[in-house]
Amino acid sequence: MTASDTRGAIDAVWRIESARLIAGLTRIVRDLGLAEDLAQDALVAALEQWPEAGVPDNPGAWLMAVAKRRAIDQLRRRTLLERKHEELGRELEAQREMAEADFHAAIDDDVGDDLLRLVFTACHPVLSAEARVALTLRLLGGLTTEEIARAFLVPEPTVAQRIVRAKRTLAEARVPFEVPRGEELAARLSSVLEVIYLIFNEGYTATAGDDWVRPALCQEALRLGRIVAGLVVKEPEVHGLVALMEIQASRLGARIGPSGEPVLLFDQDRGRWDQLLIRRGLAALERAEKLGGTLGPYTLQAAIAACHARAHTPAETDWERIVALYDALAQIAPSPVVELNRGVAVAILGAVA
Amino acid sequence: MRYMIIVKGSRDSEAGVMPEEKLIAAMTTYHEELVKSGVLLDVSGLQPSSKGWRIKYSGGKRTVIDGPFTEAKELVAGYTLIQVKSKEEAMEWARRYPNPAADGKEGEIEVRQLFELDDLPPSEAVERFRKLGVGGKE
Repeated sequence: MTASDTRGAIDAVWRIESARLIAGLTRIVRDLGLAEDLAQDALVAALEQWPEAGVPDNPGAWLMAVAKRRAIDQLRRRTLLERKHEELGRELEAQREMAEADFHAAIDDDVGDDLLRLVFTACHPVLSAEARVALTLRLLGGLTTEEIARAFLVPEPTVAQRIVRAKRTLAEARVPFEVPRGEELAARLSSVLEVIYLIFNEGYTATAGDDWVRPALCQEALRLGRIVAGLVVKEPEVHGLVALMEIQASRLGARIGPSGEPVLLFDQDRGRWDQLLIRRGLAALERAEKLGGTLGPYTLQAAIAACHARAHTPAETDWERIVALYDALAQIAPSPVVELNRGVAVAILGAVA
Repeated sequence: MRYMIIVKGSRDSEAGVMPEEKLIAAMTTYHEELVKSGVLLDVSGLQPSSKGWRIKYSGGKRTVIDGPFTEAKELVAGYTLIQVKSKEEAMEWARRYPNPAADGKEGEIEVRQLFELDDLPPSEAVERFRKLGVGGKE
């Protein structure tokens, strides 16, 4: 392997492992900022050692082991300091040993829960939408500050500052590293879904001339949505959002014309719609609907998108169903845009009936 | 970018032998990881070549040859379709693929990047192909 091969391999490992690494470490050290620093330290160690020694067989475990060692070093240093100050000697040593034992036990726990805790923490409502988006892309997407800045067309220091401030806010508000339960779950989940859809739309509104990083946000949001859907399988709206994004993403290739001009839905060449993504979207929609209950706003929007996706030509569109879905959407999530679209659908239904 | 991880055939896959529980478990764990990472698009296993056939062309002449076919390693036994950000990420996932052969025998996978229709030079035929709505797009 050449040096640049190794660099590429390390980037790939980081993309795959960083979220789990940070999530696992946060649970142990109870400090998101420190956890990210430890994970970064492990990454630096990999950059130093892997070009010589090669990429280890289990790179995730390797990174975790390094970060764990650093965490324990920190713990020891802190204990030593405390011992000097308070002269508690032996007692603290026993405490430290217990803490280390807990640490080893805790780090072997299921990582899925940690990842979900990280999702809910990064999307905590105490943070502004901008901060949630930046933190989510950074911690869960493994994007660099520079990539986030390029995607959102803002200067890099702005993003860096947003992330620093967000982590400080979380620490000051003493946001617990946990998955919300009961009634709180619904509100917190909608905050998570909002962040993911914001990221998706940022990519969706990008135009042909834009930096490739912007359209790539659609893929990133889809990936995040699929991850969260895999973690909270019983929440219909997560599947609704994934369905909506899969179906919208299926049109990415059709919505920009040869000279970069946007092409409206009815003028799009439906042959350019990605049938694999449509199939996946319809399957996700079915999962959402099967879970029952009143359909939420994402599921309703996905159901509307599905009506278009199923129609081979604009004339085949099931306008009656679309009007009914807009009626339902206007009830639970009224907005001028919904009213406008509903009006258009009613007019078309009247014209074709 | 989309990559297909192709599992090559083996004597067992050709004999229609169902993989042992341990191998199914390893495959399931691996694909669970893909789902958890949000990169899995599609996955399928293929039935033995004894249930398939080949058609050989010689100019305009076609000859149908019924399976099974020898040279199991040249056959495809299944595939996993993933969407990733880079070739390196595809490589990293491929590196983690469990040995698809039962009992730790010799197995083989092959990884190929999918063409996106936009990779092809514009032509009337390509446009018509796009209208079929079956090609991949990013």
